[in-house]
Amino acid sequence: MAGLTAGIGLKPEYYDDALRCRSFGMWFEVHAENYMIEGGPRRNWLEAVRREHPLSLHGVSLSLAGSEPVDPIALAGLARLVRELEPALVSEHLAWSRFDGSYFPDLFPFPRTAEALRQVCANVSRVQDAIGRPIAIENPSQYLVLEGHEFEEIEFLTHLARRTGCALLLDINNVFVSARNAGTSAERYVDTFPADHVVEVHLAGHRPDPTYGQRLLIDSHDAAVAPEVWSLFGRFVARAGPRPTLVERDAELPAFDVLMAERDQADRQLFLSQVKAA
Amino acid sequence: MPGLWDFQAGFTRELWSRGGGSSTSALGDQPGFSVYRNTVMTGCVDALAANYPTVRQLIGVACFNDAATAFVQEFPPSSGVLADYGRGFANFLSSLAAVAELEYLPGVAMLDRFWTEAHIAADDKVLKATGLAGLTPEGLSQTCFVLHPAARWQTFETMPIYTLWQRHRDGLPLDAELDWRGESALVTRPASAVAWTAIPHVAAVFLSSCASGKRSDEAMEDAFATGGAEDGSWLPALIHAGAFARIEGRP
Repeated sequence: MAGLTAGIGLKPEYYDDALRCRSFGMWFEVHAENYMIEGGPRRNWLEAVRREHPLSLHGVSLSLAGSEPVDPIALAGLARLVRELEPALVSEHLAWSRFDGSYFPDLFPFPRTAEALRQVCANVSRVQDAIGRPIAIENPSQYLVLEGHEFEEIEFLTHLARRTGCALLLDINNVFVSARNAGTSAERYVDTFPADHVVEVHLAGHRPDPTYGQRLLIDSHDAAVAPEVWSLFGRFVARAGPRPTLVERDAELPAFDVLMAERDQADRQLFLSQVKAA
Repeated sequence: MPGLWDFQAGFTRELWSRGGGSSTSALGDQPGFSVYRNTVMTGCVDALAANYPTVRQLIGVACFNDAATAFVQEFPPSSGVLADYGRGFANFLSSLAAVAELEYLPGVAMLDRFWTEAHIAADDKVLKATGLAGLTPEGLSQTCFVLHPAARWQTFETMPIYTLWQRHRDGLPLDAELDWRGESALVTRPASAVAWTAIPHVAAVFLSSCASGKRSDEAMEDAFATGGAEDGSWLPALIHAGAFARIEGRP
């Protein structure tokens, strides 16, 4: 993605600041579902921001890792947004969130089996066919020990990318949270993630569970990016070079300038990784 | 090894088992499972809180959260578009014992829902009074008034539900006396923002007749058949409020 450096998640509270923002390489990401509406001021705001900045559409409800084909209404909604907004990036998650007619506003895990790989591949292909371009798939946060995995997560994502031609979105906060919850090495994950497929990086804050404390970290997106996550980010871009990087914040929103300071920190690290690589 | 469908069925069953030691599987017993339970319920209740702010203000956060939780358990979302979640909440409230004595609450919820629907409705032109220029009364009677996609209206037969709702929405003093009689209301989006106004009952009848595709002379007959004593100034007021997108069938 030529020209995109670091961006932030766009919330309605930031619309006016976003319109005025002139930082070099700046871009914004939105949850696609928040704009799958017929019309009105919300769509108009987004279109105004889109005229000023590159945009990334991040889907949260396609339920790619479910046993059912992607919901046709949700898919049509995404296709319409892609057509109308011509986003720089489109992404979704390695997770499921629909079952038997219900939608659950979360990203659920699943046993990474050969059957699941076939289902996810079929769904990713359906999405890419409908929108006419590749999407990037994000590694999820893990909170559970599931039985029956036949693939490691990285192995599964690599197969998915090779079979469908999709790209990958590396969420480094998810890597850290999952590794801490499972007692595995976040460094090893970041070091072995297939960088060639990565078109976007996510950074966000997390917090300890109120009951279980540090034993259970929650990918809450309601705090500043943690020092350990910054360090993993530096490690990844030192190896892979710069990638469009998003600072996400979905709750406890700080002032725009405060979030932009985090964004600028990511921007500096990206620049340094480029200088080193040159 | 169960297949993916079986895994999902077990997972969602566990999700609604409400935690607190009532888990039915090893999955639900893991500390991490509560993260999913909490995230799903919080996400749904927050969406309802965003979509029904006046109901929440009227009954208080604790009571609202109980009602919302009960609604989510019975009617979880069917779409990821949570801005549109909670369509049946007004009806649900009318059958909920905890708030049964608040007879006006379902009507207030309906107006909150109207606001949401008007906010996200399709864009369209708004008919202005100048759009009727050159039409004789006879010519006008042959046309159809086409409603704006954002227009929503309702008659509350016996209670001042619109005034109650509007005082909360507009941040007006709530202790002023209420004239306890029926009201009709129009919620629409004439420009970039949602707007609302009280309308006479005959105007609500006229809007419903127009929406069913009747010509304006027929819609006017329906309106006057209700026996309303109002003068005819409500039609210009409806146009001014942005209720219509255009007229069709101009002779």
